[in-house]
Amino acid sequence: MSSVFPARLWLHTQNNPENTAVHFLESNADDLAVSYQELYLRAADFAEELHRSGIKPGEVVILIINYRLDLIYAFWGAILHGAIPSILPFLTEKLNPERYLADLTTLLSVTRPSAIVTYGDFRPIVKKAVKENSSVRSVLYLEEITRGEKQLKNDYPGFHRSAEEVVLLQHSSGTTGLQKGVALSHQAVFNQLEALSEAIRIDESSDVIVSWLPLYHDMGLIAGFILPILSGIPLVLISPFDWVRAPYRLLQAVSQYRGTLSWLPNFAYNFCAIKIRDRHLEGLDLSSWRAVINCSEPVRWESHQAFQEKFAAYGLRQTALQTSYAMAENTFGVTQSDLDREPSTQCVDQDTFLEKGLIKPAEQDKPSLVMMSSGKTLVNTSIRVQDAKGNILPDDSVGEIALKSNCMLKEYYNRPDATQKSFQDGWFLTGDYGYLSRGEIYVTGRKKDLIIVGGKNIYPGDLEELLYELPGVHPGRAVVFGLYNEKLGTEDVVVIAETDLEDSQDHQALADLIRSHITQNSPISLRHVKITKAGWILKTSSGKTSRSANKEKYLSELASH
Amino acid sequence: METEIISALGEFISSEILNQPGREISETENLISSGLIDSLSLVDIALFVEEQFQVIIDDTELNADTFDTLAELESIIRSRLS
Repeated sequence: MSSVFPARLWLHTQNNPENTAVHFLESNADDLAVSYQELYLRAADFAEELHRSGIKPGEVVILIINYRLDLIYAFWGAILHGAIPSILPFLTEKLNPERYLADLTTLLSVTRPSAIVTYGDFRPIVKKAVKENSSVRSVLYLEEITRGEKQLKNDYPGFHRSAEEVVLLQHSSGTTGLQKGVALSHQAVFNQLEALSEAIRIDESSDVIVSWLPLYHDMGLIAGFILPILSGIPLVLISPFDWVRAPYRLLQAVSQYRGTLSWLPNFAYNFCAIKIRDRHLEGLDLSSWRAVINCSEPVRWESHQAFQEKFAAYGLRQTALQTSYAMAENTFGVTQSDLDREPSTQCVDQDTFLEKGLIKPAEQDKPSLVMMSSGKTLVNTSIRVQDAKGNILPDDSVGEIALKSNCMLKEYYNRPDATQKSFQDGWFLTGDYGYLSRGEIYVTGRKKDLIIVGGKNIYPGDLEELLYELPGVHPGRAVVFGLYNEKLGTEDVVVIAETDLEDSQDHQALADLIRSHITQNSPISLRHVKITKAGWILKTSSGKTSRSANKEKYLSELASH
Repeated sequence: METEIISALGEFISSEILNQPGREISETENLISSGLIDSLSLVDIALFVEEQFQVIIDDTELNADTFDTLAELESIIRSRLS
């Protein structure tokens, strides 16, 4: 196989120039089919523009582009040029531009890219982010890219990169502030694709991948973009913006294009099961969908049940719903369930799990939990579960998951401190808790108080800091935690803030202010805001706020109402 | 009729989306552009409207341009009822 990204893209372009690489779907527009030849030539426009701008191979190019084909062309253009693309989320109307600017400025100072490719409307933000002495030498606007007739050729600088060099950066999703750029080599990505393809039995002649996932997230970028394009498999791409308003588009696309594979975060199973009207499902045939893989937030058996019940009538296979455990630092997949059968589940005793971190079968008349397996490790990846001291734990004991593979990150880009901290004796410490049982991994939670909302990682401490920026909220007098919402299949974020204001009107005004501030300055919105008098929030003897104790108190209050 | 639609919508949003049942929502208060409601809740509002008032809301209407306030949403519903 070819050793670097451009060579592999070239292979498909040369062998099957007319084959469709991407079906690009947008509401209110006809579907567009982009052939490999078209993809390659338009990418070449960007490669040549980067060359003209003096960008050198090996330099980082940041892409801030909303959902449009140019994002795809710019990504592969950077690859052909041998530059290192990194796709960032763009500024949506909900976000506060000042906050976005501050985050972008920080990211530029750490990642030190040489160029930014973006669209004209974004000019004011970029102008402010790119200051004097910035590493950014060139800002390319989509509207100003020279596009022209050209011949297919394979002598772009990217062909001369080595397989061990960094090919792309994935910026892990965070609440606010400094994000870490996960640097992956060509070889690491190829190793991941090879192992993943084996686990999901990729068939180039019949598979079709359907995705609505954003490309700045590992699941969208690797499984829903690079895997199909570098494997010669058609990709059907739906805008995340469209999907959230019209989740049925995913199912219609699967039916229309005979989609075989998709990846979804857990909440999307509930979202589709609850929010799709029957009139949008008439005549759909989902029988081609051989695997719908649940990944990037804790997997829930109940969510699979709801999805299966809703769509079985449309031909959804009994074994279609699958699971995976994945992370950007391992390029993407760590484990994959066996596609021949439904993922394993275990009904376990709740108290033993919560109190001792041990797994034993549930007993009759005692509280129990259903755990769903994320499957076995990919062939190139090893996993172990360890305690806080690094001792390896036996099966059925909950501990931190550590992993080793040939598709790991090369480093957190320009963050040797963070890179060093993540490894212990050559094992990458994931920060996730889980247990092994009969060779399969069950992921049970996070080491830190991380909240995962619809696949987005949210640190409660970051949200608390945001709250302290507001008049009427005082440092140490607010607490943020996640609450699993069974109906939604993901966590709700709860804010409790103490105030000295007495008037109930003032309480409501403060609650509104908190809601809008969090919406505009973080990737999520709040589902519960409680404004209360001083003294509600529980503190430890050392004065620290315990999120779990306050969560218990809040839950017991809810239950007593 | 006008106020009935608005109060039904307001009650739905405050109790089901904001989990704050007593919360009054004025008919001119910005819901989407203010950050009170996020995109994940838009379909819920459309489903509620369709079920409650027997009118159809298209997914392309689910944005701050078409319904950012209860008044705007109410006028869409009313135009379809007649």
